[in-house]
Amino acid sequence: MPQREIEVILTRQLASYLTLPIFIVGPDGTLIFYNEPAEAILGHRFEETGEMPAQEWAAAYAATDDADQPLAANDIPLMIALREARPVHGSVAIRGRDRVRRRIEVTAFPLIGQARRHLGAVAIFWEVR
Amino acid sequence: MRVTLWGTRGSVASPGGETARYGGNTACVEVRAADGTILILDAGTGIRRLGASWPNGLRRVDVLLTHLHMDHIQGLGFFNPLYNECMEVHIWAPASPTMNLQTRLARYLSPPFFPVHLRDLACRLNLHEVPCDEITIGPFRVCAALVCHPGPTVGYRIETADATLAYLPDHEPALGVPNFPQSPEWTSGYGLAADADLLIHDAQYAGSEYAEHAGWGHSSVEQAIRFAALARVHHLVAFHHDPAHSDEDVDRIFAAATAAQHPAFKVSPASEGAVYELANARETAGARSAKTARAG
Repeated sequence: MPQREIEVILTRQLASYLTLPIFIVGPDGTLIFYNEPAEAILGHRFEETGEMPAQEWAAAYAATDDADQPLAANDIPLMIALREARPVHGSVAIRGRDRVRRRIEVTAFPLIGQARRHLGAVAIFWEVR
Repeated sequence: MRVTLWGTRGSVASPGGETARYGGNTACVEVRAADGTILILDAGTGIRRLGASWPNGLRRVDVLLTHLHMDHIQGLGFFNPLYNECMEVHIWAPASPTMNLQTRLARYLSPPFFPVHLRDLACRLNLHEVPCDEITIGPFRVCAALVCHPGPTVGYRIETADATLAYLPDHEPALGVPNFPQSPEWTSGYGLAADADLLIHDAQYAGSEYAEHAGWGHSSVEQAIRFAALARVHHLVAFHHDPAHSDEDVDRIFAAATAAQHPAFKVSPASEGAVYELANARETAGARSAKTARAG
């Protein structure tokens, strides 16, 4: 397997040291990593899921908006940040693999590397109780 | 492909009797093809001697800078071909997110840091920003990629039809990795170094020194060996010696690291003047003195 871009490697390394839940996707929205604090909210370990295409993880977490209406994958803050290359903040509800529904706040930003390469996006999120 | 080490020291030049064997000049490596094409990797203080022995009649040179820290550019202003109006000089180096390469280089090549302006050099100067698509220079195919080191920094992979050299003189792939190395996919520099015949890699510290320098952008000898093993290289040259390390220190650190790691490939401490001949997809001759190689 080829090596990932250095900015993505460093983002993952930073995420693995932070206690904030962090979720990282590649340029096409494929999930490529989430850290241990995120595992507690998503209901399973990253090692159990591995990489997942955008449609698959969006369906798996069944995101809904504030009015409990289903959110299409493209309307999830992380995917907006990826598509529009801008920071996005939002509130959504997700259902983890443990079947527990949780409301979360999300701040997402695009990963734009050297020479303006679009490398993916990152979501920082936390549970709202 | 003939690879000659003109400067092996990291951070700052450290001439003196205690560093005479491995050398006190900072990073500079010459890569010469059978047809005479020359690439120069970094322009540390070692480039001055290389420029002084420049082959008559050779009118083009490509200087590939990994980054613009002083120990990699300080010799540039003392490289004779820059002042020769018959020379075509190409400099390849990374831009920053906010400054192009010309602006960045001119910060050094202008007063008060240097008496000559970049724009006043006599040669025909061409600046190129990396990383970019694969570059072809004579028989060389050159690939540059960003690596883990403070500020925009690249490593280079240089291939000919029968040999591959990887050059990562300032590189800290173990930063933030508890059990280094992880998988190739998540290891900085792997794509550049994979299956190289010769890897010239940062090995500034003893293992015991790394912890207090984590994040400075450099590796220990042990980490360099682990990285080389992951990348399945055939020969590792441990480069960028710490300026505070004497020849005896380098010997001791190197012996301890190789004894602990038992590498299944050849490992050598970089020595100023060493020459490596790479051919037929494998290095065919070990290090020789530059004098011997030039005489041959």
